[in-house]
Order: sequence, then structure tokens, then C-alpha cells
Amino acid sequence: MPTEGPRARPVERLERPLDENAETRLHRELERTWYVPRGVVGWLSVVDHRTVGKRYIATAFGFFIFAGILAALMRIQLAVPDNHFLGPDLYNQIFTTHGTMMMFLFAVPVMEALGVYLVPLMVGARNIAFPRLNAYSYYLFLFGGLMLTTTMLVNSAPDAGWFSYVPLAGPDYTPGKRSDFWAQMITFTEVSALAVAVELVATIFKCRAPGMTLNRLPLFVWSMLVTSFMVIFSMPAVVTSSTFLLLDRLVGTHFYNPAEGGDALLWQHLFWFFGHPEVYIIFVPALGIISSIITTFTQRPVFGYTALAMSVVTTGFLGFAVWVHHMFATGLPQLGLSYFTAASIVISIPTGVQIFCWIASLWRGRPRYPAPMLFVLGFFAIFIVGGLSGVTLASIPFDLQVHDTYYVVAHFHYVLIGGAVFPLIGGIYYWFPKMTGRMTDDALGKLNFWVLFVGFNLTFFPMHILGFQGMPRRIYTYPSEMGWGTLNLLASGGAVLLVVGGVLFVYNVVRSYVAGEVAADNPWNADTLEWGTASPPPVYNFLHIPIVEGRNALWDRSVDAPVVTGIRSDCREVLITEVLDAAPSNKTEFPGPSIWPFLASVVTTAFFIGSIFTPWALPVSVIPIAVTLIGWFWPKSPEKDAPGARKSTELREARA
Amino acid sequence: MSGGARFAWQRAVWELASLEVASLVIAGCSGNQSMFNPQGPAARSISSLGWTLLAICGVVYLLVMVAFFWALARRRLPSDDAPETTRALTRNVTLASIVTVLVLVVLSVASVVAGRGLTSPSGPGALQVEVTAHQWWWDFQYTDVTPSDYVTSPNELHIPVGVPVVLKVRSRDVIHSFWVPNLHGKRDLIPGQITHTWMQADRPGVYRGQCAEFCGHQHAHMAFVVVAEPMDEFRQWIAHQRQPASEPATDEERHGRDVFLQSTCVTCHTVRGTDAGSHVGPELTHVGSRLTVAAGTLPNTRGHLSGWIANPQAIKPGSRMPPNSLAAADLQAVLTYVRSLR
Repeated sequence: MPTEGPRARPVERLERPLDENAETRLHRELERTWYVPRGVVGWLSVVDHRTVGKRYIATAFGFFIFAGILAALMRIQLAVPDNHFLGPDLYNQIFTTHGTMMMFLFAVPVMEALGVYLVPLMVGARNIAFPRLNAYSYYLFLFGGLMLTTTMLVNSAPDAGWFSYVPLAGPDYTPGKRSDFWAQMITFTEVSALAVAVELVATIFKCRAPGMTLNRLPLFVWSMLVTSFMVIFSMPAVVTSSTFLLLDRLVGTHFYNPAEGGDALLWQHLFWFFGHPEVYIIFVPALGIISSIITTFTQRPVFGYTALAMSVVTTGFLGFAVWVHHMFATGLPQLGLSYFTAASIVISIPTGVQIFCWIASLWRGRPRYPAPMLFVLGFFAIFIVGGLSGVTLASIPFDLQVHDTYYVVAHFHYVLIGGAVFPLIGGIYYWFPKMTGRMTDDALGKLNFWVLFVGFNLTFFPMHILGFQGMPRRIYTYPSEMGWGTLNLLASGGAVLLVVGGVLFVYNVVRSYVAGEVAADNPWNADTLEWGTASPPPVYNFLHIPIVEGRNALWDRSVDAPVVTGIRSDCREVLITEVLDAAPSNKTEFPGPSIWPFLASVVTTAFFIGSIFTPWALPVSVIPIAVTLIGWFWPKSPEKDAPGARKSTELREARA
Repeated sequence: MSGGARFAWQRAVWELASLEVASLVIAGCSGNQSMFNPQGPAARSISSLGWTLLAICGVVYLLVMVAFFWALARRRLPSDDAPETTRALTRNVTLASIVTVLVLVVLSVASVVAGRGLTSPSGPGALQVEVTAHQWWWDFQYTDVTPSDYVTSPNELHIPVGVPVVLKVRSRDVIHSFWVPNLHGKRDLIPGQITHTWMQADRPGVYRGQCAEFCGHQHAHMAFVVVAEPMDEFRQWIAHQRQPASEPATDEERHGRDVFLQSTCVTCHTVRGTDAGSHVGPELTHVGSRLTVAAGTLPNTRGHLSGWIANPQAIKPGSRMPPNSLAAADLQAVLTYVRSLR
């Protein structure tokens, strides 16, 4: 590997013609092999990670818009005291659905979706591992989300909060089916999130291009790796807790019923054991986006690669050690609580290290300021406020006052919008040319940033003060004499700007998609592999699987860089590499398009929704689910491997 | 002026003042529910801690922003790509990380020091009150005496000033959270669990508290008031509360009592000294002397009480109290009677 100074140089496409005709033939054959099927059945059979990833992202943004509209309704209700715009019943449904949708149907899925789209490209793979599982997870996510949306539209949405504390969400205090819809929405999204996490871990560990050792992994991929592991370890807790809830409600178990020896606090432990890692599941991918954008727009390798990667890993571990800081007011023993104070304070250290490393990167680099970069810089101004208010919340005495007040509302919106949504929108502007082959309107993007930045701070900064003034969360109205009116009106005014910013974003994206300037392969002169192929990438991602020579794959590539050959192009053969050093170990064949994952998701959906109403849904749906799974895993017909197909050859490195 | 007369005069002024305060509190003047307006030792130490935390965090934010804007605005030099620059940056990042750790240690110590003073009541002679939360009102029961002398005071907690009051808290239905920001932080009330917290007021006053854990439809209207008064007045108050309900003095009051006792009111409410003895809803034996109705939602005036009794669902939709179909004259009589229960 050529060790060069920390400096970017212009890069070109990885595909340099070895032999013009051979290249064209290879291109044709790969296109045939990795085809994306057409027609209605074909549309539902797609297993290609780029198509599924884009659908995932678009769907998640759809839920973001819906939940955003709900937020706007809440801001109308709270704009003035003693307002009668929404009654308590509707308000409770709206704030519950807003929180649930933002967390489970937007924030986590959109980050995973970005991973689904980008990770295989960034590691130089032709598709994501377990592509049919990927399609299945998308449809489950879609159906679960549509179920929750429908309950909101027909006035039967869950109304016990996104955290669904028992006994309020239990059978005695929320009769009807509202909490059951909530619990099954959890099942839908968790199954799909777990599926994606498994795919990403497998892709990152086993499908990397040769040479991309773990210490050359792009930071975005590191962050998706950590996120995926966090999903795998945290989601079972919430699936367990919501299943217990469903059992309490459906078949009369008493997991959470203190009168029968159950425990109301058990819910909180299980829920927050998932719930706190959840916010890092949302935040950690954003860290990867920030590193990517800073690297590109300073045109220098990011400062402190190892520190950044290890900070992300540390955050992943510590994220599991802080859940009780949501429960400081419950009366748990003081000594135990103190441990969680310490852990909650310690977790800010890796985040601090990352911020210092990025500032050093900005200091050393040659910053340019197109829209994606502005969103990342906005992250600094906003997120650090949220991070510091988070440190104050780790203090038990202080938390006892501000817990469940608008101070906390301000805090987590600073963390989640500043820490995740701003980088995400920056990321969408950044990767839009790669995903669609078209540039977004940069001037409009910058305007978009400023409107969102000002609107965000106007909306959420006053909430800190409202919290100090004693305004509790989740109240549908407040008396005028409390003196909270002015700041609430200000917050609602800021929300108007946020809506305008949202509309600008959608307009910019849609208009650019239709009529944007055609994008070059690497318009930003970025360093990661996805920019080394066409924009948008061909169905097979890379004509030749590259061999990676440095951390900044494209910048560090030598002039006569080797590529992988010997991978069959007449079937979906892919290279499998070792976990640590990405040395080629063997080859395997990925499955192609299939309608079965879609059908399996339909019967799974019928099972999940049916089990809201009757326990018989389980035994009844076992058979159709088994049928679809048999179809899904049915062995390929042998003629595909018949003689005449090109035999795979030994792996070798061909030098141009 | 005899001592007794002076006392009565003072009491009259105090009552007037507290009514005045109450109408502000009910719904409160600005800062009344503010954690930075502490009126007791616990809230005060949290308030000081709060200012400390905010000041330190504010300084940290400013420093980071200065570094950030400097990094963006500085003139770029050819030497930026030299290894020495990287080494210098590494040194600075390491230094900043160490400083971060030190600042966090300071914050933790400040927090622990403030926390130590909060765990148990300081000073002797603590009074004990049992707090029971219901959807959506509060019951305060004074249990320091023989059970026959227990006093309950729904939605209005009277405490003597300068004395720690130990609160034994529990919930009858879902999780609630007891919170009087001027006096102390929150304590969750979890069904199936009994825990203790405490509070102390330094000076007489009326402080507003509110449920802080989402508890269903009327979470927004689950408030209460804490009336802190000098010890002798508190003793008088509690002695008065021990009395059964006063006998009706006028015909209308008598008619009101009869209507009350024959209507659905008695299925939920207690008026000691009468046959009404149900404990589903708040006790009304001395309801006329309270500052608020409907759990801190409305000032206790005839007009508001009338609206509340006639149709609680218009004021607190989802409330457990059903609308009333009393004839107008009967309603007026009941109002007069209930108002006379002082």
C-alpha cells in the first residue's frame, strides 16, 4: 500500500478498460445476471439492495412527514393556553403516534435503510447478504407502519405514550385494541430491524472487497456495524416486553399486574434496556454520516480515525449501561442509581472525543460549504447543546426536577434532530447524486438548511425554559395563569418554519429527481468506494470488485490498482472474505429475485394483526407461513449449474 | 388587643392573602412552579446544583464553539499537511479529552454532594402524610395519630413550615408522579409499591404541584396545592379537619343535604357526620374550605363549583365523575350545602 500524505487527489472510475470488448461483454453478462425484474410481480420480487434501500428510505420519510404533521397539530394545540383545538383523547393519540412513528418507523428504519443502500457499495459488494430477507424486512416494516397510520386515521391509535407504561397500557386502563396495535407495531418493526441488522453484520464481516481490512473500514461502515450489533442485543428486550403486554391483554397473563404478583416496574426495565440503546441506534449511524461528509468536504482523511472508530464501539457498549437514568424518580436504591449516573456521564466522553476529532479535521482540512456540509456544521451547533443537557440529566437531583418536563423534550429533540436528522438530511443531499444520478439544487439546499436551523432553535430552545418553569410533558393543555403561553407560542411559531423547511426539502428532492442536473460519478471527489462506480450504480454495483489499498479507498488507490477476477458473471456469485483482514476465503452464490419474501411478509402480517384479536392467529397462520418459507428456500433448479455455464476459476489478481 | 384577637385578625388577613395567592396559584403566577424558585431546603439545593450545572455546561459550549469557528475560519497554511501539525492536533485533542473528563468529575461530585442532602429528612419532628394518587386526583391522609383521628384532605396538602414532612406515597391505579417544584423533585407513585419521599417549606405560602407522569386522559388536570403555614395554624387546621361536617344552618342547606344524600353523589363521596361514606372519590367533609376544585383545576368559587357539579365532562373530559341531572333548584341547594361544608 502506498503511504501518502494526508491529502486527497482527484479520482476516476474504478472501471478502467482492460480490454474494451471484454469489458462490454462482462457488463452485458453482469447486467443479465443481476437483473432487476419488471412488471407488478417483478416489482414485488426485487431483492436488489439499492432498490429496496431506496424504497426503505422513501417509506421512512413518508412516515416522517406523517409524524411531522402530527407534531404540527400538537404545536397548534399548545400554542395558546386552555386551547380546545384537540381534546385529551385525540391529543394523547397524536403524541403517542408521533413518538412511536418517529422512533420506530422513521429514525431507526431510515438509518438502517441508508445502511442497506450504502454499506454493500462502500465495502465493494454486489448485493447485501441475505437479499431476500432484506426484501421481507422491508415489506414487514411497510405493513407495520401502514397499520399504525391506519389506526391514527380511524381514531383508534395507541394513546398510552410511545413508552406504553403499564398498568396504564394494560388491560384495565386501556380497554379496546389501542395498546395491542402499539404492541404489534413493535413486533413488525423489530422483526424487520433485526433482519436488517443481521444482513448488515454479515455483509460487513464477510462481503468486503479484498484489502478492506477492519482498520480500513470506512467510518460510516463502522457506525453501521455498531448500530447493527446494538439492534441485535437491544431489540429482543422490547419484543419480550411488548409480547408480555400483549399476553396480559389478550390471554390474561399477569406479567405486569401487581395485584397478582406481577411488577409494573418490570416493564420499565425491559423497555429502557432497549429504549436507551435505541437512541444510540439512531445517533451512531449519524456519526458515520458526519465523518463521511467531513472527510469529503475538507478533502483530507478524517483526523483520528482510530479514535473515532473506537469511540463508536465504546458508545455501543456504554449505551447498554445507562437505561436506569430514565427511572431516577421511581424510588430505586440510591447506590444503584449512582452507578447509572456515572455510566451516563461516562458515555459523554467518547462523544466528546469524536467532536474534538472532527474539529481537528475541520481545522486541518480545506473546508468547502455546500448544503451537505452546512447540515453537518449545524449538527455541531445543535447537538452539543443536547449533549450537554444530557450530561445535566445524568445528575439525579437535577433530573428529579426536570424529568418528564419540557426540558427533557428540548433535550432529546436537540439530540435526535440535531444529532441524527440534520446529519441525515445532509447525508441525503450528499448521496442523492449517487442514488439518483442527479444533483440537488445546492442554493435551495442551503436555504433549506437555514430555514430548518432557525426554525428548529425557535421551536425547541424555549422548551428548556418551559421545563424550568415546571411545564410537564404530555399535557394536552395548560392554564393561562401558569405563564407558559408566550414561550409556547414562540415554539409554535418556530414549528411553522420547520414545516416550511420540510416542504423545501421535499420540493428540492422531488424536483432534482425529475429535472436535476446530471451528476458525475464522483461529483464531490469523495474517498469511499461507492463513488468509484457510476451514478446511479449499475445493477451489479462494480464491474470488477476492487482491491482496497488504504483507508480512503479511492484516494489511496494506486494508478495500476488490481481488481478481483475469477468471479462468475453468469450467476450471482460473490466473493466471501475473512472478518479481520478481508482476505478472500471462498465464493458463494446469492439468491435472485423472488416473490416469496413478499408473500411471506403478507402472511406474517396477517398473523401479527390477527393476533391482536385472537390467540388462534398463531396456530392458524403457522401453515401459510410454512408454505411461503418452503417456497422461499426451495432449492434452485439444477440446470442453472448445468455444463456449459462458465466454471469458476481460481481467484487471482489481474494487474492492468 | 388581646392575643386571641390579634391571632384572629392575623388569620383573617392570612386567609385573605392565601385566597389571593390561591387564585394566582391555581393557577399560578409565572415562576410559581419553577424549580429555580425554591421555597424549601431540598428544592434550594437542587436549584443551586442546577445553576452550577448550567453555568459549567454553558462555558463548555462556548469554548467548543470558539474552537469550532476558529477551525472553520482560520487561514490555511501549507504546513497543515505536515506530520508536526498532526502531532500538535493529537496533543490538543488529547488535552481536550482529559479536560472533558475532569469537568465531568467535577459535575459528578457536585451532583453527589447535592444528592446526599436529599435522601432523608433533616431535623427532628417529622410529620408523616400518606399520599395516594388516583386517576385524576390526589388524596392526602394524616396518619400520625390514632386511626379514629385520621384526616384526609384531597388535593390540598397542608404542612407546617420549617418541619420536614415525610410522604408515604402510593398509587391506586396507574403510575403517577408527585411533584411540587418549589419544594422538591419528583417521586413516582407506582401501583404495588410504597415508597417515601419528603419535603419542607421554609416560609408560609401556597405552592402548586402537578402530576408529572403521564397517567391517561386528564393527566393535564391532575394538580394540587400545598399550603404551608405556621405550626399553630396547621394544628388548628388539622383540629378543624377532624370535626365531622357542620350541620346545615339554613333551609336551603338542609334541602341541599337531602338532595345530596338521595342522589348519586353518595356512591363516591364521603361527608363525615352523614350517611355518605364512599371512598371512590374525594372526601367532601370540609370541601368548602378548600382553595380549588377538580384537583387544582378551578378556584373554589360558587360559579366554578356549579359548573363542575353540573357537568364535569365539560371541564375534565374523561374524568371519573359523571354529569349530573339535578333540577336547577336542587343543584343550587346542593351547591349551597357543599359550599357550607367548611
